[in-house]
Amino acid sequence: MTLQSLDPVVFRPISWAALLQAGRTTARAALSRYGLLAAFLVFWEGASSLGWLNATVFPPLHLIVAALWDGLASGALVDDIAISLQRAGLAYAAAIVLGIPLGLFMGQIRAVEQALDPILQFFRQTSALALYPVFILLMGLGEASKVFVIFWATLFPILLATIGGVKEVDRKLVEMARTYGATRATVFLRVILPASVPQIFVGLRLSATTALLLLIAAEMIGANKGLGFQVMNAQYNFQIPLMFAAIFLLALLGLGANYALVTLQRRLCRWADAA
Amino acid sequence: MSVADPILRRGEVTIRDLSKSFTLNGRRLNVLRGIDLAVGGGSSLAIVGPSGCGKTTLLRVLAGLEEPDAGEVLVDGSPVHGIGHQRAVIFQEPRLLPWLTVLDNVAFGLEVRGTPRRDAREKALRYIRLVGLAGFETAFPRQLSGGMAQRVGIARALTVQPEILLLDEPLGALDAMTKLTMQEELARIWQEESVTMVLVTHDLEEAIFLADRVLVLSKDSAIPPRLIDIDLPRPRDRSAPAFVELRKTLMAGFGLH
Ligand SMILES: Nc1ncnc2c1ncn2[C@@H]1O[C@H](COP(=O)(O)OP(=O)(O)OP(=O)(O)O)[C@@H](O)[C@H]1O
Ligand SMILES: [Mg+2]
Repeated sequence: MTLQSLDPVVFRPISWAALLQAGRTTARAALSRYGLLAAFLVFWEGASSLGWLNATVFPPLHLIVAALWDGLASGALVDDIAISLQRAGLAYAAAIVLGIPLGLFMGQIRAVEQALDPILQFFRQTSALALYPVFILLMGLGEASKVFVIFWATLFPILLATIGGVKEVDRKLVEMARTYGATRATVFLRVILPASVPQIFVGLRLSATTALLLLIAAEMIGANKGLGFQVMNAQYNFQIPLMFAAIFLLALLGLGANYALVTLQRRLCRWADAA
Repeated sequence: MSVADPILRRGEVTIRDLSKSFTLNGRRLNVLRGIDLAVGGGSSLAIVGPSGCGKTTLLRVLAGLEEPDAGEVLVDGSPVHGIGHQRAVIFQEPRLLPWLTVLDNVAFGLEVRGTPRRDAREKALRYIRLVGLAGFETAFPRQLSGGMAQRVGIARALTVQPEILLLDEPLGALDAMTKLTMQEELARIWQEESVTMVLVTHDLEEAIFLADRVLVLSKDSAIPPRLIDIDLPRPRDRSAPAFVELRKTLMAGFGLH
């Protein structure tokens, strides 16, 4: 029996027309993807400069960019970025270090999972923000309560996604591994863990968004540094361009975190979207 | 070659007075009752019978995936309990690990058994060629057709060089054309690898094409199974009068025409 072989790669000589064509295609793709965003920014700048928009609330973009530049050059915003990253990063890392192993363990042992599930569901439904005053009471208004509230909020998505991932592993694959004599440890390392990775990433991405949300909230309450604080503080002091600069940095942080996670997921789960 | 040589003819399976029942919704269900059977080393046995008669159950007991209620399974004369290295199972679904390439999937069984990755891969390459998948080593399971995926599963089982190959409707999910080619491949592999083959199928033609003997189970476990010798020369020819005649007889036994 013959099998059809993969198509051989065909190399064509480079032609300028083809290059131009490729450039045009790229430009069109960029336009369709970022065109609307660019139009929005142009509109903002124009409308604010021409006075169509209230320029005190929506300052023209060039003022925001200037405020951003000043903040970064003087190091003031850099400090805010650093402390915000530290708070969110510490909490997120702790949630990963605790959540993934715990989830992998709980997902495999039915009795443990069943006993703990109601508690988990209850905690998950209790907004971390509502618990923030409790954490402040327990740990004071310093770094500890801020990191802890972010940790608390990010732990549950990671934990629940990991448990779900493990529980959904195809039992038939586990049985297959067992027929080759795989021990429990081998089944875990070579079947359950890799099979759970896509689900774990769902939790990681959800948690990254939550981490940023809680970071901003925690920094708006009783902080004197951080991007969330800066948004509030700039508004109090009527430094509206600085306020928007801080908001922009927060958005950038979220985009960066998501991009990093998506890239990592693509690398680890190449098999899932191999077409 | 001396057929009687015990070293050359490993992979003999003996089943003694085997019974297995399940409890389903509080009712006891006797699926297998007092089964006795001997499968010679290197021979091939097909198990047929109506749906729900216990074919899969019997195969799973042989694989060590189910414990029998009574009786025992012997391999080369010694009783076996649970899963063992002499046996490899091929299921109806290929059961490939989607995150591994074809090469790594085929090497998986050996790696699990402690063979160093390098040696496992080298051996895997040989069996990938044997099942006709050379050139697809780096493909992922998603990129394979159903027939190709099943070949990978077969290669994985062969790579551990079992004495006994247990197959549960391995071609059941394939289209008619692919099925025919795969039957020929299985016949060729079985002869090349000198492995004992126990094959569950609901396809009588497949049973006659591949097996030395056919075990016919009944829905009612009180009726003892029948064992039919397939005395046809190999390679078998589906259109030979003797083949067609045997198929008719077996079909009639099922109440089919
Ligand atoms: N784990 C189980 N628990 C309870 N009952 C079971 C279990 N496994 C099988 N059975 C029952 O045992 C009987 C035989 O099942 P089995 O899967 O062996 O049938 P089969 O001959 O392979 O059928 P098919 O041709 O449809 O695959 C069925 O009635 C089934 O309901
Ligand atoms: Mg079955």
